[in-house]
This record gives sequence, structure tokens and C-alpha cells, in this order.
Amino acid sequence: MEFSWDLVINAIVTGIVLGGFYAAVAIGVTIAFGMLDIVNIAHPAFMIAGAYLAFLGWEDFGFDPFVSMAVFAPCGYLFGRAFYRAYHYFFERRGDESLQGLAFFFGILFIVEIGVVLVFGVDYRSISEPYLESSVSVGFVSVPWRMLVPFLVGLGMLGSVHLYLSRTFTGRTILAVSQDVEAVRLIGANPIRAKEIAFGIAVATAIIAGVLLIIIQPVEPSITREYIGRAFAICVLGGIASIPGTLVASLILGVAEALTTTFYGPSWSPAVSFGLLLLTLIFRPVGIFGR
Amino acid sequence: MSEQAASAPGLRKPVSTFGRLQSGVAILLVGTALMAATVLLGPYVSEYYYLATYTILQFIVLGTAWNILGGYGGYVNFGTAGFFAIGCYTTIVLNKIFPMPLFFEMLAAAVTAGLVGLGTGYLTLRLRGVFFSIATLALAIVLQTLVVNWSFVGGARGVYVIRPPISGVLMAFFGFFVPNGISYVQFLVVLMVALAMFAVLAAWAVEKSWIGVGLAAIRDDESAAETSGVPSLRLKLIATTMSGAIMGMAGAPFPYYVTYVDPATAFGLAIAVNSIAMPLVGGTATWWGPVVGAILLGSAQQILTVTISSAANLFIVGVLLVVFLTAAPRGVVGIVRSWKRGRK
Repeated sequence: MEFSWDLVINAIVTGIVLGGFYAAVAIGVTIAFGMLDIVNIAHPAFMIAGAYLAFLGWEDFGFDPFVSMAVFAPCGYLFGRAFYRAYHYFFERRGDESLQGLAFFFGILFIVEIGVVLVFGVDYRSISEPYLESSVSVGFVSVPWRMLVPFLVGLGMLGSVHLYLSRTFTGRTILAVSQDVEAVRLIGANPIRAKEIAFGIAVATAIIAGVLLIIIQPVEPSITREYIGRAFAICVLGGIASIPGTLVASLILGVAEALTTTFYGPSWSPAVSFGLLLLTLIFRPVGIFGR
Repeated sequence: MSEQAASAPGLRKPVSTFGRLQSGVAILLVGTALMAATVLLGPYVSEYYYLATYTILQFIVLGTAWNILGGYGGYVNFGTAGFFAIGCYTTIVLNKIFPMPLFFEMLAAAVTAGLVGLGTGYLTLRLRGVFFSIATLALAIVLQTLVVNWSFVGGARGVYVIRPPISGVLMAFFGFFVPNGISYVQFLVVLMVALAMFAVLAAWAVEKSWIGVGLAAIRDDESAAETSGVPSLRLKLIATTMSGAIMGMAGAPFPYYVTYVDPATAFGLAIAVNSIAMPLVGGTATWWGPVVGAILLGSAQQILTVTISSAANLFIVGVLLVVFLTAAPRGVVGIVRSWKRGRK
């Protein structure tokens, strides 16, 4: 496409808005992978589960996406806690997380994806509400509410997780677990319980991110694969366990993808996140905010 | 891992040269017998069985290759489909610009995929193991995007491949045993048996040599292994390169088998999942674990594809993988071993 500053500015704005949504996707990976050392590559599977739940709620009961979030995110939280219990029992306890545990998450990812195919088929599913169809324009830049809602919810979610982790006792225990499990035991807190709660939160954020995803675009089951790359690229680039890092990395990825899509076409955009991930791993594995 | 400790007393027994080579000889004999059977049974068996056998053999090769790094060394490669596709597209590219016998295309595929494995390993194996796994996942997607945007090899639409004739020398060789020679599919099955034999022999050799012992030490405790002088990076690189090269070789004949290749098939999730599920279901500690896993899961899938549907059979593979990981983390090999121990 021909170069023009209008296009660049439009792409940057779209990229920033998209970045806010990516932050909502990646925060769960930052918690699970960065803080708890659980390589949850099934995170995008929980996300599309959220997207399809929102679709079901919208189609069968007329749920507004926000109602879906309020209903399904707590379910995700409880499911996440139970899931971590099982993971801990079968893998962490035995010290098998590096090979068997990783393959386990891969298996879960696969089961969810094929399960969705078997139930819903491979067609694209989408939802629509009147307020999502309009857009906000400033000058020649125009952003649809479809994009703006996920951006705002994403930022809000990141802010609340940050506040929770830094201000509450349990939140601080979770942060402590990410640094030294033995020390947490010594002060009398239960690291397993902290990890359980944190994993529950991570799954809840995945469910919310899924609802946001189906607000932005039609969803089909194999979309999970692109989001593994995006979530882990952001997490690694942001310094693995850092929430401000996650936000900055999300915005970087969003802008990079929007520019690529504008000037080279959408077929190149999956390579952006994975390329960024490979480059980060090669040149700066601790990420931009890493210590 | 407890497996090593359990088998250690067995290793101390004095073993004759034949005893040490027993498994290798057995692999060679079984492979040769299978090749002979494929050639001789030619006209009497319906083509469907050859196609099914080809798929199972392909998974024996992929599972075994995955296990060299994943099972022995404990480094999970999610990008099997990427290496497999490198093999496919090496054949397609060579077939377009400079047609040559399939054997050389397989060699070229092995070199390309091996180099990609070496490169990825060199860049990421110094980090924590998890990063290698994520990088392999990334690698497969980046390669797929490249192929989708590369119109010379058909882009996203895919490409048709014409099967070349079997070379005269080979045809004369097979004609010596069966009067009418063999069909191209039969030829591919014979080739795949040979490749599976080669892959399993390679895995067996690695397992029994210092490389396998070093990899096992890395898997159990990498920093302890390094402290005791195990050259961990070098061993991991050897394993990654071997594993990648064999996966590439498995992909090279694939275009001639299906005659139409598109990125969605070559980079299929089924390949990545199966090549991880088969060793883990069979058992990762020995060379025969992946073979058992591939035969079990491979034939189960062939039966399910015919009787139910292909989406359902992949679902079952996923469920089996998770069930084995949680209930029998040492796989079929582990179950057999504990059963034997119980009987003693």
C-alpha cells in the first residue's frame, strides 16, 4: 500500500486500541507463567471457551456481553482453582511439570479446540449489540466502539489486577510466591493456596478476554493458535512477571501488527507476534522491563 | 526419574556383545521383513491398507524423532509440524526447479530441517527449557506464514504434485522379486519402512550411547549434570538437529503420497499433537515406547476415521494424551514394567 501519514496515524491509533485488548489476553499469562511458573499454553483455549460462552449466552438468552462477563468470569475463577488443584496433584507434586505438565496443557488446548469444533462447527460466530455498531471520530481518525470497549475493559482489568496484587494480603502473597516459595512457607502463608487463587484469577481474565474477543471480531476455533503467540510474545517482551511491562508490550505488539496489516496485508500479521517473540528470546530474553 | 534408578541394577550385569546389539538386530530384522512383505503382498492387498500403513509409519518416524529430544532430554518440541512441513516444501521446491530421485530430496529435507533445528536450538536452548518449547511453537507459525505468502509453492491455495516414475534401477531391483514390479504407493510404503527402521535405529543408538546417558542426566537435573561435566548445550544441539532432520525426512515423501499439499495440511495441528501424544502414551524412556504409542494411536485413529469422523478421532487422541499423562505418566512401557515387576 502507498505510504501516507493519515494511514500511519490511523494504524497507530488502531494499534494502541488493539493493544489494550491484547493486554487483557496477556495478563493471565503474565500471572500464570510469569508469577506462578505454570506454563499455561492452554490460556487461549480458556479464552475461546469464554468467547463461545458469550455467544451461547447472547444467542439463547439475549445476554449483553457485559452480563456474560459478570456471569462467566466467576465460573472461570472457580474452574481455574479446581484446575490448578488437579495440575498440582498430578504434575507439580511429582516434579513432572517440565515435560508431562507442558504436554498436559497442550492436550487441554487441543481438547478444547476440537471440542468447540465438534459442538459449534468451524463456522465463524459473532455477536452484535446496537451500541457496538457506532464509532467515535476525532478528525480523520475513527475508532468503532467494537474496539473501544475491549480497550477500556482491558485497561480496567490490568489496573484492578495490579491494585489487587499490590494492596491486599493475598495479592502480596501471590507476588511473594513468584519470588521465593520457601520464604512464603516460612512466614506462615500457604503458597499452594496463593497459587490456586492466582490461577483462578488468570482463568477468569481469560474468560473476560474471550468475551472481548467476540465483541471485536467473529470467532472460529483455530484462532487459539495465533493468540498463544501473542500472549507469550507480550509476556516475554514485558519482562514475564511485570504488569506495567505487559501493558507496554501489548501496545508495542498492537501497533506493530496494525502497521504490518496496513502496509503488507493481514496475511502477514500472525508472523509479527511470533517474530517479535523469537527476536526477544534471541536478543533480550529478560524483556524490556526485566531485571 | 525413578525409571533410571529402577533399571540401573540391570545395567551392571555383564552383557555379551550380542546382548548389547540384540535390540538393534531385532529392529533390522522386523524392518526387512516388513519391506519384503510390502513388496511380495503387492497385488493381493487393497490399496487402502497401504495408505493406512503409510500414515502409521510416518507417525512412528515423527514420534521417534520427537522422543530423541523430548523423551531423552526432556525438552518439549511443539513445532514438529514445522519441521515436517520443511521436509514437504523442500521436496516441492526441488521438484519444481530440479527434479531428482526422492532419496536425494529426502537428504536435502534432512539437511534443511536439521539446520533449522540447530539454529533454533542454538538461539534458545541456553535459556530455560520452556522458552525452547515456546520458540518451536513460534517457529511453526512463522514458517506457515512465510509459506502462505510464498506463491512459488502455491501460497495458501496449495500445490499439486505429480508423482515421478520410480527409477529404472529400483524398478529392476523390485522386478527381480515380483514379476510386475510395484506400484508407487507400495514403493512409498517400502521407503517409509526403511525410514522408520533408520529412525528407530538412530534413537536406539542414541539411547545406548554416551549421548543418551548425558541427555538423561540433563533431563533429571540440568545444573547437576553441567556441574559433573556433561556438555549440556552440545548434547542438546545434537539431539535437536537429529530430531529435526528426521522429522524433515518424514515430510519429504509426503507430497508424493497425497499429491496435493496446502499449508493447512503440511502444518496441521494433528501432526504436532500426534507426535507428542504417541511417545507420551507409549512411554518416553525407551526407543520402543514411541513405536508402541504410534502403532496403538495410529491404528486406533485409522479405525476411528473410517467408523466415526476425523474430528472425533483427534478429540480422542487429545483425551488419551491427558488421561495417560495424569494416570500413567510412564506410558505403556511403564505399565508393562510395573506389571513385570509385580509378577516377580
